[in-house]
Amino acid sequence: MAFADVREYTHLTDEEVEAIGRELDEIRAQVEADRGQADRDYVTRVITLQRRLAAAGRITLFASMFPPAWLLGTVMLGSAKILENMEIGHNTMHGQWDWMNDPEIHSSNWEWDTTQPAEQWKHSHNYIHHQFTNVLGHDNDIGYGILRMSRDQKWTPYNLGQPVYNALLALFFEWGVALHDLDIEAIRKGKKDPKLLKKQLKQIGDKVGKQAFKDYLMYPALSGPGFFHTLSANFTANIMRNVWSYMIIFCGHFPDGAVHFSEEELEDETRAEWYLRQMLGSANFEGGKLLHLMSGQLGYQIEHHLFPDLPSNRYADIAVKVKDICRRYDIPYTTGPLHKQYGQTLRTIMKLSLPNRRTTDNPAPLAPRKRRRLQDSERPTRRTELGKWSAAASA
Amino acid sequence: MTSAPIERTSALRRIRHLGKALTTPLSPDDYLALVNPLWSQRELRGRVEKVVPETENAATLVIRPGWGWRFDHSPGQYIGIGVELDGRFHWRSYSLSSTPLVEGKTVSITVKAMPEGFLSDHLVNGLEPGTIVRLASPQGDFVIPDPPPDKMLFLVGGSGITPVMSILRTLDRRGTLADATLIYSARFEEDMMFLHELRELAGRHEGFTFHERFTDVDGILTPEQLDDVCHDWMDRETWACGPAPMLDAFTDHFQRLGREDHLHVERFTLATAGTEGAGGTVTFGDGGPTVEVDGATTLLEAGEKAGVNMLFGCRMGICHTCDVPLAAGRVRDLRSGDEHGEPNEYVQTCISVAVGDCTLAL
Ligand code: FES
Repeated sequence: MAFADVREYTHLTDEEVEAIGRELDEIRAQVEADRGQADRDYVTRVITLQRRLAAAGRITLFASMFPPAWLLGTVMLGSAKILENMEIGHNTMHGQWDWMNDPEIHSSNWEWDTTQPAEQWKHSHNYIHHQFTNVLGHDNDIGYGILRMSRDQKWTPYNLGQPVYNALLALFFEWGVALHDLDIEAIRKGKKDPKLLKKQLKQIGDKVGKQAFKDYLMYPALSGPGFFHTLSANFTANIMRNVWSYMIIFCGHFPDGAVHFSEEELEDETRAEWYLRQMLGSANFEGGKLLHLMSGQLGYQIEHHLFPDLPSNRYADIAVKVKDICRRYDIPYTTGPLHKQYGQTLRTIMKLSLPNRRTTDNPAPLAPRKRRRLQDSERPTRRTELGKWSAAASA
Repeated sequence: MTSAPIERTSALRRIRHLGKALTTPLSPDDYLALVNPLWSQRELRGRVEKVVPETENAATLVIRPGWGWRFDHSPGQYIGIGVELDGRFHWRSYSLSSTPLVEGKTVSITVKAMPEGFLSDHLVNGLEPGTIVRLASPQGDFVIPDPPPDKMLFLVGGSGITPVMSILRTLDRRGTLADATLIYSARFEEDMMFLHELRELAGRHEGFTFHERFTDVDGILTPEQLDDVCHDWMDRETWACGPAPMLDAFTDHFQRLGREDHLHVERFTLATAGTEGAGGTVTFGDGGPTVEVDGATTLLEAGEKAGVNMLFGCRMGICHTCDVPLAAGRVRDLRSGDEHGEPNEYVQTCISVAVGDCTLAL
């Protein structure tokens, strides 16, 4: 099966696919040329807000013995962590703000407030997940190696426990993410370079140590008699952040309509086809400005996957144009309210805990294929198709 | 960017360490800077206190540096200054015109607006007092020894006066401006920076001779004319700063006469903007391998060809695994056609080609 056989695209001619690619390149070029003060003001405002919120939360929690202070402090701290992870950390590490040439807000040195070291996240997320979006066997984000998220993944009795694993993953999401780049499956099969493993484990250990020391020892200690109150508040704030980011992230690729791909579809994929795969593999959700802010603009998951390194505050505008392209070329654009998107995701998780023969699915499953996880060295190296880009830029 | 330590005692260091444990993964400075932007040493910062016009198109910026700044630069050195303009930071280097350890804890640089230099123009004409700027510590070896040599000569053209001004002011303050000659060329009188101060300095110090030269009338100073203006120049230790052709001419002249050891030169390397045609010589790291590339070979491919262990991920410009700071030169982004060439700007090597010679900081 080649990319052109993906059912949602079969009506497109090669020329149309290329034209779509050019239109998307054009959108990118426009935003790049237009980035400036307003964008910088946006991100610095969010950063300032987040730091104030975090500081206020921590200070309030010095009085965590009093229930109202506990509640207020926890909500403030949890919200600060959500903002930091989603809108600030995730997007900065994508390089969305690198154009500002500001060493303090730059993908090369940003570290975020969660247990996974930034360096590992940039590999597992920026590179693996964003390049191989929804390609089974390549993209470890499909179920995070814990859940069966596609009918194409083999069922085992282990999967019967999915409802439980799912709940645990939601609660302790940051730990799932922390271990993500280790590639547990590779370790299990003895394919992991032990030197790399050791280095990664040390990085994680350092990061986890610092995070845990801060949340579970230093701040509780500073609250004196309120030690356990502050500890429970910090724990709750972390859980809040975990559940929220889990939900937002799962809504990005698993609602009905988001398609999974097979390895074969990667072969000879052009830049335009890569764009199409991003559009078809991602799903948006709708909501107000606050919801988008708290989710790091990932309600515009489709736009984010097309342009992962354009400033997040631009996605709302880009979405209008992308939707228009989808309408004109008759390509699906998956979106819906957050509760509906998550509801569908949850249904899929539950359903796939059972073997395929026990459930029906919509859309119809792709033909099952042999699959295994690849090492970096085995992954296809993409060519940059310089000719096309240069031509598009000068046109 | 390395920052200077501000912990002068081990107690302070311990407090900071503890603070860092509370604010990880950020630093305490990130929170303190919310209260006062100068309370950060993550990066050296400064606040522009005053913008003093010097001539029609030059101004002195008086800057109050924040934490971590050490007022112990040698006169003649330059600093890096990073200024935000339309959302982006632009970095340039300028000589300090102030003396070290001045009262009031400020430093100053004097900037001349260049015809096509949008940043220098902004610094001279657009910068509001109160603006926060980034700073890089003083660098450069265009300095005089302490105590200074008995006989000195300063050859200056245009804005080359700024490091020399710092030197002269320091010598004046220390009372060691004994026997010095300054030959300073500018196009015309109004274009000459610090004219008043220099004349006054010459009036106060017997040993200090100040030759004003206006090239609109007198023409450019040639090495051959040196004997006329300063007959004993061969006995003097010389510092020269100014436009490249002038420096080239004098360097040649000194070499021919075997006196190159007595000539100290400071060049202002101006980024040559808008060089047409892509390709050039790419150097990977200081003293690293060098390859010739055309305008279609990406820096990543060039590096791989040269046997450099280049990091990459997607090879299509989305993951930023391949980002590397640009030490010198200009590159073009193949997707947009835009050129980048700020010093220390990160470039994506997988989608960038060289525009002329460039060096990557690896
Ligand atoms: S290798 Fe991914 S951006 Fe260059």
